[in-house]
Amino acid sequence: MNSRELWISFQTIVIKEVSRFARIWPQTIVPPVITTSLYFVIFGSLIGPRIGEMQGFAYMDFIVPGLILMSVITNSYANVSSSFYSSKFQRSIEEILVSPTPEWIILAGYICGGMVRGIGVGLAVTLVALFFSDLAIHNLFVLCSVVVLTSILFALAGFTNGMLAKSFDDISIIPTFILTPLTYLGGIFYSVKLLPDFWQGVSLINPILYMINAFRFGFLGISDIGLVYSYVIILVFIAILFFVNFQLLRRGHGIRS
Amino acid sequence: MQAALEISNLRKTYSNGFTALKGINLTVADGDFFALLGPNGAGKSTAIGIISSLVNKSDGSVSIYSHNIDTDFSIAKAQLGVVPQEFNFSIFETPMQVVMNQAGYYGIDRTTATQRAQKYLTLLGLWDKRNNQNRMLSGGMKRRLMIARALIHEPRLLILDEPTAGVDIEIRHSMWEFLSDLNNTGTTIILTTHYLEEAESLCRNIAIIDGGELVENTSMRDLLKRSNREIFVLDTETPMKYYPEGMSNVTAKDESTLEVEILKGGNLSEVIMALSKQGFTITSMRNKSNRLEQLFIDLVNDGHKNTGDSRE
Repeated sequence: MNSRELWISFQTIVIKEVSRFARIWPQTIVPPVITTSLYFVIFGSLIGPRIGEMQGFAYMDFIVPGLILMSVITNSYANVSSSFYSSKFQRSIEEILVSPTPEWIILAGYICGGMVRGIGVGLAVTLVALFFSDLAIHNLFVLCSVVVLTSILFALAGFTNGMLAKSFDDISIIPTFILTPLTYLGGIFYSVKLLPDFWQGVSLINPILYMINAFRFGFLGISDIGLVYSYVIILVFIAILFFVNFQLLRRGHGIRS
Repeated sequence: MQAALEISNLRKTYSNGFTALKGINLTVADGDFFALLGPNGAGKSTAIGIISSLVNKSDGSVSIYSHNIDTDFSIAKAQLGVVPQEFNFSIFETPMQVVMNQAGYYGIDRTTATQRAQKYLTLLGLWDKRNNQNRMLSGGMKRRLMIARALIHEPRLLILDEPTAGVDIEIRHSMWEFLSDLNNTGTTIILTTHYLEEAESLCRNIAIIDGGELVENTSMRDLLKRSNREIFVLDTETPMKYYPEGMSNVTAKDESTLEVEILKGGNLSEVIMALSKQGFTITSMRNKSNRLEQLFIDLVNDGHKNTGDSRE
């Protein structure tokens, strides 16, 4: 395929993915916005004033970046894992596999679809957050780059889950038992500096901690982690997951006999 | 003549140890209408899966119009269209979305894709249903949708894995007509089917695969020449009060039906005249089974006797 044909193929996968989640927006867009709004109401407006300030910021302002990034993470992940597994289950993935579309375009198309949903839901949550908090942007480049890289990373992770899943249960186990706990323990609601030394050390093995802190730096200019470490961790995970997914696709794991 | 498909020493052993293909060699000429037949589990779908990159082969090579599917996969795949046995499209999409997306995967621009979608959905009687969800389509419509999808990039080689399974006789005949027209315009077609009259009436060449091995590969004409007997069913005007005498090749099946076995070179009219002399009036006559069906059974049974597989 020449570059124009590759572009058409990539576009087709992305448009198909975006159409899929847009068609079922009451299941894909609305629930995360409502859930995050409840966090703003309960933790921000009701409990937040009693907690007071966190690292010099009102508690509501402190938790907003983490909650936005949480919605980006879960939606980027869920879109790719469920969509790819469904196409495996219905065998419609064979439509792409019999075509000349190379593996890296398939991967890029699905990842881009996941990014669109993740960042789209993130923007919707940000709009809701404006009702509760006076959001100021400290560093736009950090803000944008972290949200884009994080959505790429979790879309890739969702793709791995979709490739390896053998049943619909398998695509809910990872988000429930690994992704959600890591997100909550990644410093959305607190600064890891509040933890005892031992638990601070344990927290450092959680990659989501680095993303949330970098994203919070973009909004508030504060972070528990050095910015460079955050970028390195995110880029390393992206490289590893891209390689893993590319190999799984080339071998046709679970999609070719 | 250029080969549309060249398969060399193709082998497939699945991870559970089952060997589906035991080193198949096959060449299909450009422009051919080729039948690939075999009993269930013979290895036909595995072979098609390997050709279309949905099954990883264990050994051997496959080339489509001289382009190896491993080393030259982009060009090879662009020349191939596949209609699988099982439905493999999203039931939540519409026929229009299915064919347009498929065109996109082949890098076809939207204007050309729209024109072709209209052409093939119309030819296959699906244009009126183009915006219906696929789950609302009948079985025959779903099969035709898979044909339209396989043709959207206008491949030179089209492989159909039991395309008429489960469709009514009227649709089946319209699909035969469509496929014949397609073949006449230059598309090479490989067909697998369990309706042997379909293969006999459409295909010029034939291969029979059984137990992962090719047991026959010849022209349809030569294969049919080997048929040495044919059975005709004769209906009598009134219920028979007695059965024909002195005719070893005539068997009464019930009180108004006779079966006549005619060997190669035999004369059916002599049999009918002899029956007439004995007072039987024949009102209608038909072939009991087509010749290919009998040959197919004979070939497969011979193979099983040789391998000791009884398949009772």
